[in-house]
Amino acid sequence: MRLSDRAMLVTFAVLLPMPALFSAMGEPFLTVVLTRALIFAIAALSLDLILGFGAMVSFGHAAYLGIGAYAAGILAANGVTGLEVQLPVALAAAGAFALVTGAISLRTRGVHFIMITLAFGQMAYFLMSSLSAYGGDDGMALAGRSTLFGADPFGSSLRFFYVTLALLAGIWALLRAVTRSRFGRVLTGTRENETRMQAIGFSPFGYRLTAYAISGMIASVAGVLLANHAAFVSPSYMGWARSGEMIAMVVLGGMGTLTGPVLGAIAFILSEEALARLTTHWRLPFGAAVVLAVLFTRGGLLGALRGRR
Amino acid sequence: MTPALSVRGLTKSFDALKVSDGISFDVAWGELHAIIGPNGAGKTTLIHQLSGSLAPDAGRILLGGHDITRLSMAARARRGLARSFQITSILAGLTALENVALAVQARSGSSFRFLRQVARESALNDQAAEALAAAGLAGAEDRSAGTLSHGEKRQLEIAIALAMQPKVLLLDEPLAGTGHRESAALLDLIAGLKGRLSIVLIEHDMEAVFALADRISVLVYGRLIATGTPDAIRADAQVRAAYLGDEEGA
Repeated sequence: MRLSDRAMLVTFAVLLPMPALFSAMGEPFLTVVLTRALIFAIAALSLDLILGFGAMVSFGHAAYLGIGAYAAGILAANGVTGLEVQLPVALAAAGAFALVTGAISLRTRGVHFIMITLAFGQMAYFLMSSLSAYGGDDGMALAGRSTLFGADPFGSSLRFFYVTLALLAGIWALLRAVTRSRFGRVLTGTRENETRMQAIGFSPFGYRLTAYAISGMIASVAGVLLANHAAFVSPSYMGWARSGEMIAMVVLGGMGTLTGPVLGAIAFILSEEALARLTTHWRLPFGAAVVLAVLFTRGGLLGALRGRR
Repeated sequence: MTPALSVRGLTKSFDALKVSDGISFDVAWGELHAIIGPNGAGKTTLIHQLSGSLAPDAGRILLGGHDITRLSMAARARRGLARSFQITSILAGLTALENVALAVQARSGSSFRFLRQVARESALNDQAAEALAAAGLAGAEDRSAGTLSHGEKRQLEIAIALAMQPKVLLLDEPLAGTGHRESAALLDLIAGLKGRLSIVLIEHDMEAVFALADRISVLVYGRLIATGTPDAIRADAQVRAAYLGDEEGA
């Protein structure tokens, strides 16, 4: 088994008993924090499909998080709390947004691609900011927790944790299959050398766009979870700063490995939480820590593991 | 019979400079057709137009009788035009086998398949391994392409081209940058392909060209000044004056 897969299985095994450990420690709130980390792990995984496997540096990925969150928020405000409706709506909206903006963005490369995805992300941000019926700039409280065919999957922090963990495991397994499929190999090939891929008969655009849409759709699932986790929906979910954090999570953990982004997101959210408890000026040491981690662990956290063997 | 590759009146200018000036030639099925010319004659521009990375201003390119002048590089590749690059172009992060298996995959069914593990598709792997062996890289299957020696990367490019099962193979200076032993191995390899594929060879090594080619076209300042057998080219007064005259022993 590959190192990346083994590290992931170990990570799942460590995560599984965590809520019990936290309540034994008398810190059940940590389960809530860890759940938030797992939600971002799903978002970071989705970003890694295009960033790590497709070399598409999207600086607007938070838009998909927001689309998922608003799908849950707007539907709940209109009395529809069932995930059986919310999730398909979130996936369809994210997929449509990704296909339209991706079809335009993917005509560019490099810095231009970064800028144009940033622009689309900010457009989504300002659109939701101006939507006064749904809280506008201030956001809105989630009218009701999402349900699933009448059941209450987010009813307790314990249940929320395990539902999120199960979703994370499922999405990890799905992306593992996708990245090892015919499609995944073509995507990796276009990352390595686009001209070579054209010379053997592949037109990269369709593969890139498909990956871009899959990535956006998966991020919207994290958005639905995030809305429930915060019991709140706000345009700030979609801002460029959030997109930047997601890139940092992927790079910190190790691009193009699937396990890396999960580790990166957990490390990111947990150290953010820990430093915020120590000092109100936590952003300064946090920024320094991220810079050092990226500098000294080539290939991210997973790369550090690999290097030690 | 229609030729494998037919070039008619190909013209390309960069500002005032005519880099391709009405170039016409045919490559017969199974022929190895070399294109030679001094530096700056427009050889690279010609091969870019043939492969589709550069659009000509005028003229037509026919592959097996079909007009491919307006097709993208990828579409030409799918119709049977393979190329190697002057500067080695491989997928460095993938293994040698994966590099070649992708070329097989490109012509065998849809690549919009998302769940089945591609590494287990034995049809792809078997054909890829065969092409690697034909290019002299048997045993290198699992090596990362980026760690191969320069000569081996050249061989890998040929393996990728073979795996495409092309009608026409464009070889753009396949010997460039290779050492003496490496280039000898590559020459053997190209000689072994002769007759099985239609090949357009652009190469600076005159000894190699005259030994390998069925016919040679001479390009000078964007014009083809002569096309003929190696013997005819050697004897051509115009060619000697324009090009070979100043090369001793050519």
